Amino acid sequence: MPDYKLRRSLLYVPGNMPSMLQNIPIFNCDSVIIDLEDAVPLSEKDAARHLVKRFLMQYTDRNKELLVRINPLDTRWGYEDLKVVLPAMPDGIRLPKADTPEIVERLDTLLTEFEEELEVEIGRFGILPSLESALGVINAVGIARSSQRIFALAFGAEDYTASMEIERSRGGEELFNARTRVLWAAKANGIQALDTIFADVGDMEGLRAETELAKRLGYTGKCLVNPRQIEVVHEVFAPKKHEVEYALQVIEAIQRARQLGTGVISLGGKMVDAPVVKRAARVLRTAYAHGMVDTLIDEEAIHGAQ
Amino acid sequence: MALNSLGREIPESYAGRKLVPYGDPYSITPSGSVAARRLRRVNPGASKLLSSLREAIEASGLKDGMTIATHHSLRNGDFLLNRLVAEIADMGIRGIWIASSSVHPVHAEIIPHIKSGVVAGFHCGVNGLIGEMASRGELSCPIVVRTHGGRARAIMEGSVQVDVAFIAAPCCDEYGNMNGYSGPSACGSLGYAQTDALHAACVVAVTDNLVPFPVVPVSIPQTLVDYVVTVDRLGDPAKIVSTTTRITTDPVGLQIASFASQVIEASGLLKDGFSFQTGSGGISLAVSDKVRNAMRRGNIKGSFGCGGITGYFVEMLEEGLFGALMDVQCFDQEAVKSIAKNRAHQEIGADMYANPFNAGAVVNRLDCVILGATEVDTSFNVNVNTESNGYLLHNTGGHSDTAAGAKLSIIVAPSIRGRLPIVRDRVTTVTTPGETIGVVVTERGIAVNDRHPELKEELIRRKLPVKEIGELQREICRVTGTPQPLQFEDQVVAVIEYRDGSIIDAVRRVKE
Repeated sequence: MPDYKLRRSLLYVPGNMPSMLQNIPIFNCDSVIIDLEDAVPLSEKDAARHLVKRFLMQYTDRNKELLVRINPLDTRWGYEDLKVVLPAMPDGIRLPKADTPEIVERLDTLLTEFEEELEVEIGRFGILPSLESALGVINAVGIARSSQRIFALAFGAEDYTASMEIERSRGGEELFNARTRVLWAAKANGIQALDTIFADVGDMEGLRAETELAKRLGYTGKCLVNPRQIEVVHEVFAPKKHEVEYALQVIEAIQRARQLGTGVISLGGKMVDAPVVKRAARVLRTAYAHGMVDTLIDEEAIHGAQ
Repeated sequence: MALNSLGREIPESYAGRKLVPYGDPYSITPSGSVAARRLRRVNPGASKLLSSLREAIEASGLKDGMTIATHHSLRNGDFLLNRLVAEIADMGIRGIWIASSSVHPVHAEIIPHIKSGVVAGFHCGVNGLIGEMASRGELSCPIVVRTHGGRARAIMEGSVQVDVAFIAAPCCDEYGNMNGYSGPSACGSLGYAQTDALHAACVVAVTDNLVPFPVVPVSIPQTLVDYVVTVDRLGDPAKIVSTTTRITTDPVGLQIASFASQVIEASGLLKDGFSFQTGSGGISLAVSDKVRNAMRRGNIKGSFGCGGITGYFVEMLEEGLFGALMDVQCFDQEAVKSIAKNRAHQEIGADMYANPFNAGAVVNRLDCVILGATEVDTSFNVNVNTESNGYLLHNTGGHSDTAAGAKLSIIVAPSIRGRLPIVRDRVTTVTTPGETIGVVVTERGIAVNDRHPELKEELIRRKLPVKEIGELQREICRVTGTPQPLQFEDQVVAVIEYRDGSIIDAVRRVKE
C-alpha cells in the first residue's frame, strides 16, 4: 500500500548544534532531517553523531518523523553514522548522493543487518534517497525501485546544479527537467516526491513561488533550511476550501453507498471511481493536518471503496 | 516578618514604614483625599528662568533628607539625574531619596553618591548595576519597587511626597509650558512627569530647547511649573528611544508569537472595539504583526492601543485598525513623530494610565495585554524584577497594572532563558500575582490559568499545544535539568510593592 504520510515540510537541523537540536520538538514541520553531512565540519563528525544519538534517546514523545542524513556510504563516516545513530531509532535515513540503485541497495543491506542486530522489525528504517547529480537524476527510476524501504524521492538542487556546472536561478528554469524526471520516477512507483530546499531564508515570496511551482508539478513536500519557512510551505500545500468540501462529499457518498449495500457510488450524477476516492482521501488527510476538518477520514471506508 | 497571601515572607516594616502584606489584586479601597500641595502666586513680569542647575536646586529649597523625582522617558540616554545628583553632592546636601519613574543602567554614575550618603534610598525600581550591587550587599540603600500605576498612586495619595520634581523638557518655553515632541532630546509622551508636576511641592523644568512662548501643544502647563532652567544637553538622542524596534526573526520567538496571536483569536476578544497593549520586544512586535493581519482579514476596527507606543501601533492607527492610541511613553522615533501630529495619538499621564486609586484607569479598559517574564511559576506568578541569579535588575513598569486591568493577560517567553527553565516551582520574586495572569505562552506549549476554562477548551479545540503548567515545566526541565534553588541572606535589599501599596515580595541579599 502506498505511504500516505503527510510530508509537506522536511526541516534540516544541523547535527552538531545542541541548541538547535533541543528545539526540534517545538516546530510544526512534518519531518526533521538531522544532518550529519554538509552542515557538520570534518572535525566534528564524530562528536555530532554521538550528540544526535543522545538527543534521539531522550526525545521519547516524538511528535514528528525523524530522519538522519548520514554521510555518503563511500566516505569513512557513512557506516559509523549508521552504527551510532540507528540504536536511537530514527524513522529513516536520508541518503545523500544516491547516484545509482546499487548505492541504495547497499544501504538497504546494511539497514537489514542493523535491524537484525537490534532485534527490530525488518524494514523498520526507511530510506529517503537524495537525487542530486546528473547521474542520480538519470537513474531516478531505478533508484525508486531499488528498495522497498524507499517512501519518497528527494530532489537536491544545490548539488545537482554543481554537477551540471550551472548556477541556480531564482526562477529555477534550469531545474525543470530534473525536477520532472524525479517526479515521474516517484509517481510511477507510488512513492512521494519531495522538492529541494530554497536557500534564501529572507525571501518568503521566492519560497512561496517555488513551492507553488513544485506543488503544481506534483511534489507533495519540500525540504527546508529554516523553521521560518514552514508556515509558507504549509500554506501552499494546504488544500483549497472547495477541494475539502468536495472531498467530504465523496466520503459521504461512499458511506451512503455502503449503508445502501450498493457497490455503485455516485455523486451529483457522476461515478465516484478509485482515483477520485484516492484524491479525496489525500485532500482530507492534508486538511486534517491543517485543522480544516476535525476528524481523520475513515480509512476503512476508503479502502473498502477501493 | 509576615507572610502575605502568596506565602511570601516580607518584613513588617521597611525604611521606617510599616508594610501591608499583599492580599489580593482588587480589595484594598483607599480612603481620604488626593494629597494637596501649596498654592503659589507668580505676578506679571516675574521670571521663572534661572541660569544653572545649581541655581534651580537652591531656588527649589532642596534640603537634606528630601525627595526628588525625574522621569525616565529619556531612558538610557538621560543625562539629568546624574547631573542633578552630582550637583546636589557638590552643594553638600545629603540623605536624598530618589523617586524617579525608573532608574536605568546609565544612572550607575550615581553609585559613588549612594556610597557616600548623598543618596539615601529609592522610591522606585532600578534597572541594572544599582540593583545588582544592592543584591550583593555592596550598597546600603532601601529600594521600594513600584509599578507605573503604583507610583502615580503613591504620589497622589501622599505616601511618597516629592519635594522637587526636575522635569526634563525636550521643548519648553520660559514660562514652563512644555512637551516632549521636538528638540534634540525629543522623547514623545511626558506621561510620567505629568503626575510629578501635579503633586510635587516644587517643579523645575529643565530644557535644552528653550523656545518662544507659548509652547503648543502643552503636555505640562505653566501653571504647575515654578522654575525653568536651560542646560546644554538633556540626553543622548541615540539612546533616548530605540531607533529601530524590529519583529524577531528568531524561529523560536516567531513560534511563540504565532501561538500568542492564535490565543488572542481564540479568546473571542478580537472583534470591533478590541483594545490591546504590547511591549517593544521582538516577540511582542511579532504578535502585533500577526494581530494586525488578523484585524485586516476580519475587517476589525479596534478601539485603542495602549502603553509604551511603537511605530507598529502608529501604523495600525494610521491604517484605521485602532481609533486611538493612549500613550504614556513612546518607545521609538515613529511614535515620537506620531504623537506630535496625530490627534488620535493621545498623551496620557501615569495616573490615567494605571493608577488603581482613581475613578478608572485606562488599563481597566484593555482587552488584551502581552507581557514578558524572567520566570513564571506553577501558580502563574510572574517575576520580572530579578534574574534567576537573584539580582534585582529590572523595574516593574506597567506589568502588574496591565495584568490586573486587562481581560486577558498573556505572558510570552522562551521556555529556556540561558540554560534555565522559565517555569519554576516558585519564582525568585513575585512581581505580578498569578491570579491576574491568563495564559503563559512558550514555544513548547501554552498553559492556561484555570480562571479561563472556556479559553482553554477553545484552544484545545483548535489543536493548539495546551499543557498544564506543571507538565510544561517538566517538559522544559527534561531539557535543562532542574536548577538548584538560590541561596539568600536574611537581609532585605528591596521590597516589591503591588500597585495598591501592599507588599507582594521582598528581595533579599544573594548569598555569594
